[in-house]
Amino acid sequence: MSLINCKRKDCIFARIIAFAIFCFILLPKAGADPVNESDNAPAETDIAAVAEGETHEEEGFNAGTTIIEHVVDAYEWHIMTIKDKHISIYLPVIIVDKNGLTVFSSKHFHHGHEAYNGYKISHEEGLKKGKIVRADADDTSFFLDLSITKNVLALFISVILILWMFLSAANGYKKRGEGAPKGIARVLEPLILFVRDDIARPSLGDRTDKYLPYLLTVFFFIFINNLIGLVPIFPGGANLTGNIAITLVLAVFTFVITNINGTKEYWVDIVNTPGVPWWLKIPLPLMPIVEIMGLITKPVVLMIRLFANISAGHIIALGFISLIFIFGEMNVALGYGVSVVSVVFYVFMGALELLVAFIQAFVFTLLSAIYFSMSTESHEETHAVEKK
Amino acid sequence: MELVSPGIGLIFWMLLSFSILLVILKKFAWKPVLNMLAKREEKITKALSEADEVRSQMNQLKADNERLLAQAKEERDAILNEARKVSQKMYDEAKVKAQEEGNRIIAAAKDEIEVEKQKAITDLKNKIAELSLEIAENVVKAELSNKDKHAQYVKSRVEEMKLN
Repeated sequence: MSLINCKRKDCIFARIIAFAIFCFILLPKAGADPVNESDNAPAETDIAAVAEGETHEEEGFNAGTTIIEHVVDAYEWHIMTIKDKHISIYLPVIIVDKNGLTVFSSKHFHHGHEAYNGYKISHEEGLKKGKIVRADADDTSFFLDLSITKNVLALFISVILILWMFLSAANGYKKRGEGAPKGIARVLEPLILFVRDDIARPSLGDRTDKYLPYLLTVFFFIFINNLIGLVPIFPGGANLTGNIAITLVLAVFTFVITNINGTKEYWVDIVNTPGVPWWLKIPLPLMPIVEIMGLITKPVVLMIRLFANISAGHIIALGFISLIFIFGEMNVALGYGVSVVSVVFYVFMGALELLVAFIQAFVFTLLSAIYFSMSTESHEETHAVEKK
Repeated sequence: MELVSPGIGLIFWMLLSFSILLVILKKFAWKPVLNMLAKREEKITKALSEADEVRSQMNQLKADNERLLAQAKEERDAILNEARKVSQKMYDEAKVKAQEEGNRIIAAAKDEIEVEKQKAITDLKNKIAELSLEIAENVVKAELSNKDKHAQYVKSRVEEMKLN
């Protein structure tokens, strides 16, 4: 068995190294990509400046704005700008309000500086920034924005990719039976075994089978989207797992599965923790408050960890690229000089991000498995463990 | 702030897509893949245990063979020894028997010789007695005239006669 284990680990490393090499080839292109955007960035800053009524940033390159624009969601998928021509995929805007369903192309917003159909993209600082709001600020009636944004499209692409990968792998298994895996299954099998044997089994034991489908789905969803997020050109580039809405939904899934399957003992432990003296219960039920805080903290931490790690990676990588334009504005030659250093750092960050992509998927899955295990553990088991 | 404010649309699509992904993968990917992996592992475990079993059977068989061979050798040696012993015994017995027979024959011959000798002696004694009587008769006849001379003569003749 140790031989099999060893082979499996080698396999994972081989895949990671292969992907690292793949990315080393791609990433320097990322360095080249924003060169095209250099004309675009000041233009966009210009728009923002006009909208906010500010003038001091008119022509300058604003690294902060550029980076955030690249990291957050958008209603159009901007691919590149050549001279003054934007090449973007205009995604459909879907709005549900009192008039029913409205669908129109995001082209009508003209990159965010025109209102259409009574809606516009907000530029005001605050929670609504960058999202669709009513053009008429006095109209406060309810509406739902279900637009296919950049991240939604990236989500669909990744879901289709994942489905294709695993369904073809499953087909291969059906065809070949118990034989050695071939094709894409050869890449995926070590990872599936890793999730099953190194994440699920140690924490869940004989309850593994029940939770394994969710754990595998979550692991591959996060891992594959982390990797897609590292690819800087079109199908990649959307910062999906670094978007708080995505990590929120993932954390909610883990939270719901944890608590739906919670045993009676688990709830008793939360509501009326055994062994707590009466004076901690009567005036103020301290333990239940702490336990319920813990209950909510767990998914919140899952949500923030994944979001923050992936976003931070993107922000740092974009920061290195921004350096080129900051120095380039001072002196063109200086910009070219700095670009060498920036690209080197970008490549280093890219390699680091590959590691982070795997580690974050691993951590999210592992913690989910541990939470499931905690909510379904019976007292006999706990005591058995304590006795040991 | 826009970095940390989740979009409702994205939450909606994510809930929908992830649920669909989970359901489809669970039914059409994880189930067959995990089943096949479990089956393969079972197969490998079974094959390994079977190999162990076969190996132990082989060892058993080898040990059996060796034991049988050793037993056969032992038996062969025993049979050979037995045969050697039997032949030796037969040889010894024959030797003793022959010796005995010889001795018996010799003894019988001796006895016969003795008998014959005694017979011959007896015959000789009878003859001597007869002859003696004849001589004595003649002497007595002749010498009755010369008593002394004849007595002397008989006496000397009897003394002269050595038996055997």
